[in-house]
Amino acid sequence: MFTAQNISPELTVEESSSDIWIPSPYVVADKHVENDDLVTFVYEPASEDILDPMQPGQFNMLYAFGIGEIPISVSSLISDHPRITHTIQNVGAVSKACCNMRVGDQIGLRGPFGTPWPVEDAKFKDVIIMAGGVGFAPLRPVVEFIEEYRDDYGEVNFLFGTRDPHSILFHQDVISLQSDPSVNFQITVDHSFSNWRGNVGVVTTLVEKAEFDPENTVAFVCGPEIMMRYGAYSLIDAGVDEENIFISMERNMKCAIGHCGHCQYGPLFVCKDGPVFLYPAIKNYLNIREL
Amino acid sequence: MSKSEVHKYRVSTEDLQQIFKALSSKDYQNIGPIQRDGAIMLEKIQSFDQLAAGFHEDLDKGVYRLSQKNDGSLFQYTVGPQSFKKYLYPPRRKLWAATKTGNGFNVEEGDQPPAKMAFWGIRSCEIRAIEILDRIFLRGEFSNKWYEKARQDLFIVAAGCTKPSGNCFCTSTQTGPAPKGGFDLSVVEVIDKKNYFILEIGSEKGQKLVNKIKLQPASPAEIQNADKLLAASEKKMSKRFDPEEAAKILMENPDHIHWNEVAKRCLSCANCTLVCPTCFCSSTEDITEITGDHTERWLRWDSCFNGDFSYIHGGQIRPTTKSRYRQWLTHKMSGWYDQFDSSGCVGCGRCITWCPVGIDLTEELLAMKS
Repeated sequence: MFTAQNISPELTVEESSSDIWIPSPYVVADKHVENDDLVTFVYEPASEDILDPMQPGQFNMLYAFGIGEIPISVSSLISDHPRITHTIQNVGAVSKACCNMRVGDQIGLRGPFGTPWPVEDAKFKDVIIMAGGVGFAPLRPVVEFIEEYRDDYGEVNFLFGTRDPHSILFHQDVISLQSDPSVNFQITVDHSFSNWRGNVGVVTTLVEKAEFDPENTVAFVCGPEIMMRYGAYSLIDAGVDEENIFISMERNMKCAIGHCGHCQYGPLFVCKDGPVFLYPAIKNYLNIREL
Repeated sequence: MSKSEVHKYRVSTEDLQQIFKALSSKDYQNIGPIQRDGAIMLEKIQSFDQLAAGFHEDLDKGVYRLSQKNDGSLFQYTVGPQSFKKYLYPPRRKLWAATKTGNGFNVEEGDQPPAKMAFWGIRSCEIRAIEILDRIFLRGEFSNKWYEKARQDLFIVAAGCTKPSGNCFCTSTQTGPAPKGGFDLSVVEVIDKKNYFILEIGSEKGQKLVNKIKLQPASPAEIQNADKLLAASEKKMSKRFDPEEAAKILMENPDHIHWNEVAKRCLSCANCTLVCPTCFCSSTEDITEITGDHTERWLRWDSCFNGDFSYIHGGQIRPTTKSRYRQWLTHKMSGWYDQFDSSGCVGCGRCITWCPVGIDLTEELLAMKS
């Protein structure tokens, strides 16, 4: 890990404009390379222009100078506000520019946007967190929240599916979750290596290892669309009420405020009606190709 | 204003010229129909004489023909390719710029909203279209400040539509042809030995503007002439569909076999979305100097028919024409109700006129129904 030193870039926003398009200047305070293509950043404000506190599941638009903007979910809320943590996968021009940033570099942030995971409403219930690959990142604040208020929840299960042992995200979290007696943590990989002694297969196979009272269980699901679809099926098969299943969607976004039209999903805007949806609100759309 | 209080006046072309001048003197930029490139275009105009006079349109599926008569008429065309949307929500605008400073960058202001604007000859369908844009840009949690400013300062001189084309269907969408509210002034043009207009005042702003102009109250016969023209206009529109029924059919039939049929004809060219007065999709563009020190962020119109519109890492969500046409029509006619509590279609027919292969959405809706 790196630490920020002497952060004092010259910054002046010419006008304290309320224009939603103008990003707030933040700087990289900390950078942690997770694996081949994922990097976690902690940003802190570079001016008095500070974003509102975020809730688990919400996202910001991240602007890299001269390259563009992308929507990224908050991946930890442990850093005290106004610090903001994002985990970025290097998959395109903007995400690459963001991943290449170093401590002290400036980024632009707009947000927070979107609907949160309803962690408060899940209190006094059993919880299933089902994550696929980088889908762990938007769910990480949920894990943090539950750990902080652990006594307020029933059984807590974390079912994590990932591509292969090398792609395991948040390695330190995984190690501590594995030794945490208060969480039933299960992990599986799609493809194993010879030294892997754990589960092999898709994440839905872990549902039978979860401990929960189906009638009093809330599930939070995030991962590739196909994984979320079958994840929801497997939870419903196990008796979980579909009204208690939440899913986080991803679409192209330019504005994040319902004005640009890019993130439309049926009659919904993923940016403002989501990204976290109640499963029944979108279950019919999940089956329609190229929606 | 209640119905009984509505006063109508008989005004001449010269009177309209006075109104035009009054708007100019109150710092309004007049914008109205002119003839350019063989089409009726909406441009900023400095003098009343610039308005397209004597022009008539002949519209059909994928057909636009302009002809000129020596009748001195001002509003006898139907609707050109452009809508007034482009002045409230420009095709391109600079959101902001930034200059590099060491590790960081300074943000500078982008384009500022225009000065006061007056729209001339706007049809009822398009007034309703502006009200739809209001729902998108002003009524949500976030407001488009640029649009808000342009909209606040807007003066609307409407023209009752007495020349609907074969592509029009505002009687089905209940958005015309007579302007019902939403204007400051409205005229119905009566072609006679000497053309005249029946003027209606729709707002206090409109009243104030014409206060100093001597207006002659219209006679009952003159008012009746104008009403007859509008009634005849309604009868001329033969296309019929039920918007609420269409909304239901579309939402229930994402896998209808007819989508494949439309996709065989649709070129995914995006014309329909560019001429539509309510299509609002946009994209951002970053333009950086070769030195890498200065950059600009631009907002520009985008279309759900464009290839990269739905791109996320890994590919396009909608790679096929079928899925793009389905998205466009289902959104416009159905999803729009869920999003903005109204249809996204005002029946202006531009998407039919300017479709290079003449796809008529009302026909596609009928085909989906059967």
